[in-house]
Amino acid sequence: MSENTTAVKDLQQQTAQKTVLFEIRRQDTAESQPYWESFELEYRPNMNVISALMEIRRNPVNAEGKQTTPVNWEMSCLEEVCGACSMVINGRPRQSCTALVDQFTQPIKLEPMKTFPVVRDLIVDREFMFDSLKKIKAWVPIDGTYDLGEGPRMPERKRQWAYELSKCMTCGVCLEACPNVNDNTNFMGPALLSQVRLFNTHPTGAMNKDERLATLMTDGGIGECGNSQNCVVACPKGIPLTTSIAAMNRATNVQMFKNFFGSDHMVD
Amino acid sequence: MSRESDFYLRRLHSLLGIIPVGLFVAQHLVINHFATRGPEAFNAASDFMGNLPFVLFLEWFIIYIPLMFHGFYGVYIAFTAKNNVQRYGTFRNWMFMLQRITGVFLVIFIAWHIYDTRIQKALGVEVNFDMMAKVLSNPFMLAFYIAGVLAATFHLANGVWSFLVSWGITQSPRSQTIVTYISMAIFLILSVIGVQALLAFVV
Repeated sequence: MSENTTAVKDLQQQTAQKTVLFEIRRQDTAESQPYWESFELEYRPNMNVISALMEIRRNPVNAEGKQTTPVNWEMSCLEEVCGACSMVINGRPRQSCTALVDQFTQPIKLEPMKTFPVVRDLIVDREFMFDSLKKIKAWVPIDGTYDLGEGPRMPERKRQWAYELSKCMTCGVCLEACPNVNDNTNFMGPALLSQVRLFNTHPTGAMNKDERLATLMTDGGIGECGNSQNCVVACPKGIPLTTSIAAMNRATNVQMFKNFFGSDHMVD
Repeated sequence: MSRESDFYLRRLHSLLGIIPVGLFVAQHLVINHFATRGPEAFNAASDFMGNLPFVLFLEWFIIYIPLMFHGFYGVYIAFTAKNNVQRYGTFRNWMFMLQRITGVFLVIFIAWHIYDTRIQKALGVEVNFDMMAKVLSNPFMLAFYIAGVLAATFHLANGVWSFLVSWGITQSPRSQTIVTYISMAIFLILSVIGVQALLAFVV
């Protein structure tokens, strides 16, 4: 601590007694064994998990006073819209940027979202979700060799609830919370089912809705949902995931009968 | 079993759980309730059910085949889940776990129950009120049967709820909440019917 900034020094003297204890599940490489390491930090008002991790990075000394490697984690937006800093804090997955230290009981336990492959410390590889987004064709195809003109108009009230679904940031918290996303299944997870609903709601996106539903009816699709409804509890964006899942249940069931019996109404 | 067919197997599993297995369970418990009217009434009802025309066809296609598929595929479903009620102690997450626990227990209970009754009948033992009374005079067996009936009524009632979600009939949170209360009522009513019938054999 520097000695020449008196105002800061005064502040530090006032709060120096109070500390925050972190227990962090660490893993040096993707293959190595995980281990726990504790860190005791000086309390500062309004500190969150990210600022604590930054403090550890600045001064990587553990609770036993030994020099250690800085803890690795990911972050980007720092305002809970990118999903990069998701981790399991005191047992529950969430974004660490909005995890205020004051709201947690100590010691604050940080773990990576082990549903995904752990890369290092708190960093996980969420590529499974991005691959799934490709599988479900989570986009509106408009490219062609000539100008297709304007698409159909979207009713404003439909746009309003579709906007809620579009808040998904592929953070992976709902997959971490779901009992059916694990090594035994290939379940793509609640977020992806809701994305199909979002793109099938879009008037232009709906022109390929049968293709997206077909993906949901294959391995890892909507059949794997067991209705534990943890996803809707866990979602940091409050997306009505279970409503989306039930809506996609209906859509896939109707599609199943259309596929079996044949239909002229594949996209309507 | 191909993973690619999981969706269709899951839907079949969901459908068979209600039609015909769930309807059969409800019917079975109601017929059992004749026991509360005395041995003669129960034996008459049992004779009627056991001597229906095409009874073997009915047994295989309404009970054994759907039940075996539902039971064995259900065990596969139960053991693919990694329950986490410690992390999310919500009502629905508990129901999710209990549905799997009761399902696995029911496979054991029903296997025993079929051995105890239908297979004994096939081996020439007469299945009637006295025979059930003898089985249930053992307090351990009575407890086992009560647990079996309660597991079955719970699994059916909660299964009605998830059937309606899996087929996309109840979508909104409010509709799902209303069906939760309805499923609780189904559980209570069928449990009273089932346990009353069991107790009629011992009192």
